[in-house]
Amino acid sequence: MKADPKGVLTGEHYLDGDHACAEGAIAAGCRFLAGYPITPSTEMAERISERFPEVGGIFIQMEDELGSMAAVVGAAWGGAKSMTVTSGPGFSLMMENIGLAAMMETPCVIVNVQRGGPSTGLPTLPGQADMMQARWGSHGDYEIIALSPNSPQECFEVVIEAANLSEKYRVPVLVMTDECVGHMTEKVVIPNADEIEIYPRRYTKLSPSEYLPFKSEEDLVPEMVKAGDGYKIHITGLTHDEKGYPVMSWETQEKLVRRLVEKIRLHADEIVHIQEIDLEDAEVVVLSYGISSRVAIPAIQKARKEGIKVGQLRLIIVWPFPEKKIRELAKKVKAFVVPEINYGQIVLEVERCAAGKAKAILVPHGGGWVHDPEDIYRAIKEAVK
Amino acid sequence: MKVVEAVEVAEHPMESILRMDRIPHIWCPTCGIGTTVTSFADALERTEIPLEKICVVSGIGCTGRVAGYVKLDSFHSTHGRAIPFATGLKLANPELKVVVFSGDGDIAGIGGNHLIHAARRNMDMVVICVNNFIYAMTGGQVAATTPLTANTSTSPYGNFEQPFNLPHLAASCGAVYVARWTALHVRRLAKSISEALNKKGFSFIEIICPCSTIYARRNRLGDGLSLMQFYHDNSVIKHGANTEELDIEFQKRIIVGKFVDRERPTFLDAHNAWLKQRLKDKFVPYGGAHAD
Amino acid sequence: MSPGSDGKFWRKPLDYDKLEIPHGEIHIIKERCKGCGFCVEYCPKDVLELSGEFNTKGYHPPYVVKENACVHCGLCEMICPEFAIFVTEKPKEEVKKVES
Repeated sequence: MKADPKGVLTGEHYLDGDHACAEGAIAAGCRFLAGYPITPSTEMAERISERFPEVGGIFIQMEDELGSMAAVVGAAWGGAKSMTVTSGPGFSLMMENIGLAAMMETPCVIVNVQRGGPSTGLPTLPGQADMMQARWGSHGDYEIIALSPNSPQECFEVVIEAANLSEKYRVPVLVMTDECVGHMTEKVVIPNADEIEIYPRRYTKLSPSEYLPFKSEEDLVPEMVKAGDGYKIHITGLTHDEKGYPVMSWETQEKLVRRLVEKIRLHADEIVHIQEIDLEDAEVVVLSYGISSRVAIPAIQKARKEGIKVGQLRLIIVWPFPEKKIRELAKKVKAFVVPEINYGQIVLEVERCAAGKAKAILVPHGGGWVHDPEDIYRAIKEAVK
Repeated sequence: MKVVEAVEVAEHPMESILRMDRIPHIWCPTCGIGTTVTSFADALERTEIPLEKICVVSGIGCTGRVAGYVKLDSFHSTHGRAIPFATGLKLANPELKVVVFSGDGDIAGIGGNHLIHAARRNMDMVVICVNNFIYAMTGGQVAATTPLTANTSTSPYGNFEQPFNLPHLAASCGAVYVARWTALHVRRLAKSISEALNKKGFSFIEIICPCSTIYARRNRLGDGLSLMQFYHDNSVIKHGANTEELDIEFQKRIIVGKFVDRERPTFLDAHNAWLKQRLKDKFVPYGGAHAD
Repeated sequence: MSPGSDGKFWRKPLDYDKLEIPHGEIHIIKERCKGCGFCVEYCPKDVLELSGEFNTKGYHPPYVVKENACVHCGLCEMICPEFAIFVTEKPKEEVKKVES
């Protein structure tokens, strides 16, 4: 279905990433946001608090991130498209309830505008060191989807994509931006509402006596329902059977957790969103995401000028990691150069998938700024030696 | 010694409101939580609110299991986060009547921050806090409500921390309806719950409840029945009492009653009224459950 | 039923002859009972006692010791934590039958 025109600010705007995320949320149909202020993500909540009363949304600034995430999950079960926005320290606080959202199979979107960490770190400066936490942050086995935009325009588009994926797979979806993208102002073109595809929530058409909240067909995704429609559902964070009732046995655990994990893994090939530039003849591939992918461009151009066949693979969907693509590329290229503003997170995935067939060279950065393109260039030169 | 054979079970009038496929429940013999659920069911029978619109949200703990036994849209969320979960549920669909049914450790311990803010905002919900003075499910650790000198598994030499006076806490944070009953006061409790269901705003009902296996046993108080007898002999009904005087000391008199019943705009009412006033025609009120 | 026997009136109420005292029939779901004794303790008419028999879980369910004394107050039904006891209205004819 198409976006509701009442929420779409069609036109050309100059927005920063946080503001673009807010507009993306509204265009996607989000009308409930519970958040807590944290630099550098606050601007998204601020814009939402201004715009929601004009489009019929409810914004509530909760007392902390723990409450925010709990309210987001509750609101989704009340029938709202709900989202929240935070940064590193808040992301850590939200982890328990992200796990709850994964266990309850609740569609919702969490935007994490990454900053320097660990702990309080560098609140006003970029980082990309929450990428593994996005995948493994909450305890137990589950899979989520995480996206990484690299411009305010993409922030707008990716939040809509995140909302759609969360509805399609009944899973919490993370949008991992960073302070640079969040605070940079660029042109954002917002299309007409009828050009924006929205994936509707998969509400069941079964009657209350037939419906089971956690029973799925071959795609492993159960149909959704909301409180107040007479389905008398019981939804719990305990290990549960298809009816939703808690069952303390390893057989139920096996059945449930396997499905939670396979739900994404089964569709991993469809959930791929990457940007490929000059990969056909590449000897070296610069694999990057977020702001680092833009910083890599001058390095790549310099190397190309010198005749080095370097291509670029940009991850827009980081989790599930595009394993198939990396495995294929590893057979053809000499090395992957992975610049990221951390001490090695996504590079570990690249290494794992390359399985020794190609080198995985990390260009680390402690956080607090972006790479010097020279460092990436040097790594590319190292890679072709 | 005659062993009665299992015969066909007659239908208890509460069976329409219980998930009979999960009965018998997990609570101990002489635990009072089952009795509080009966009072709740009684209030549900009398309410005019359609049952499909009533949701129960529980946290983690013995009382947290209530969500699993009532046949309503029920949610068993994370420890301490029942109140914000209920906040999200209610704001997403304001037609729902949300009841948070959880224990003292869940609501006033780990969930303390959410309790005070939801009361401050006057979120429209009913919070039923079953107080058995400990964290029972995990084995009886000391809680924010444990009376001075009581023995618990993490205060084995007796509790030296001053406990909360929950009605006072809720009232001072802005709750519009505050009452305390014991599990013994079945009818008055059912009436209080009825009143709270019909009231708009943040209602807080504390229920002093016997915990036989842990609290009573560790403190050599007998079992649940002896605690009920204690409530019988030592609870004093004082409607409208000053909430400052409602402290509970170990095995001393317990003041019960309805202490606060006032009116205040709810979060949603204040939100809509204020923004309408400021934005005039540009204000679009929230349209209800909208994800489709 | 005359004042003083188990009614414990110190004088006969003025409308005593017009009073319709309800009678209740107690149903005990023995298998659910966990022998807590709440119903026995708090029945205002002392109608129940814990029996000597065991249910399959090993608890002593209650039994009715005073046939016809139940006044259908419903307190046992409300106070039972196990949903194991409830009371229905006993028609007057049945009460008379037992009394005679």
